[in-house]
Amino acid sequence: MEIQQNKSTLEVTPRNDEKIKKIWKTAGILLALTIAEFIMAFTMDRGILLYALFIALTIWKAKYIMMEFMHLGDEVKPLFYSIIVPLIFLIWLLIALAKEGTDIFNMRW
Amino acid sequence: MSAQSTAIGVSSKRGVWGGGNEPLKASYGKLMMWFFLLSDIFTFAAFLITYLATRVTYPAYAGPADSFVGSNQYWPIPELVFEAVPFLHGVHAPLVFVGIMTFILISSSVTMVLAVEAGHRNDRNDVVKWMLWTIVGGATFLGCQAWEWNHFIHGTDAGSVLTYINGLNQEVTETVFGANLVVNEYGPATFAQLFFFITGFHGFHVTIGVVLLFLCFYQAAVGVYDRRGHYEMVEKIGLYWHFVDLVWVFVFTLFYLI
Repeated sequence: MEIQQNKSTLEVTPRNDEKIKKIWKTAGILLALTIAEFIMAFTMDRGILLYALFIALTIWKAKYIMMEFMHLGDEVKPLFYSIIVPLIFLIWLLIALAKEGTDIFNMRW
Repeated sequence: MSAQSTAIGVSSKRGVWGGGNEPLKASYGKLMMWFFLLSDIFTFAAFLITYLATRVTYPAYAGPADSFVGSNQYWPIPELVFEAVPFLHGVHAPLVFVGIMTFILISSSVTMVLAVEAGHRNDRNDVVKWMLWTIVGGATFLGCQAWEWNHFIHGTDAGSVLTYINGLNQEVTETVFGANLVVNEYGPATFAQLFFFITGFHGFHVTIGVVLLFLCFYQAAVGVYDRRGHYEMVEKIGLYWHFVDLVWVFVFTLFYLI
């Protein structure tokens, strides 16, 4: 009895193939970038260039996840900026702690 | 959702200050989820930047990769630490297992976004199907992480000979197997401490995520969202789940690649 009452009253819209195709395309890009990182980890020499490439690719992936999967790009601009702009504080944290870390390295070794 | 008659779109049920209006054109719940995630971004960023800062206080391992031995005098190369795969004991397979874990988590993020898309269309069957796949992905990831931790804690057959100060404040030189918070066979003590802390905190987020996914799956399946008139809860839990994936992307780069 419960199950019969459970029938949906909402109107179901048919699948939008274009939207679904875009999701799979984004997934493909994320996969391709991860595979690229993998190949680089084993073929390139370790050093500042490789690390910079890794971080650039990671931020690129993060952009796809936030914009396409979390739909942040579809929100209104004030919401978009109130999430993105506070992240500039992290740049300072990164600079400050990287400096601190190198100073400790110089004192210790 | 919002009443058309009022200029700022206030829901009659909840009022202006009860979450009834939609500033920034997003519902109260979605907005608060975004700001929670922003604060969580800061938490994780602080951990990961601390990892980087601690890492540069130690020299990197400079010798050839095939003669690597763990030591607390230099930071290990991740591909020589994370090289084990379940059921293949003794096989050197650098980063293969963590690659599989990353693939599983990204796939579960894809199935989640498909569930959100189905929610927009009020398609209960598709929501239930994709939520279930997402739960499977999340639970598999957690299982993989449990194995990864287990291997990290118990260590390799050979171990490494280290000189360190033990829990009784004595300097000892002995063969160390695996890892704990005092000493580990891979690198400096902070290496294992940060590994446990950061991947543990991420795993805790995944665990909560799987619980939320299950609740959402259940509610969708019994028709709660149909009666409510919208599938926004799928979207909000989806935001959280994508965030977990987002953090993993950074953890993967910093811990396993750099």
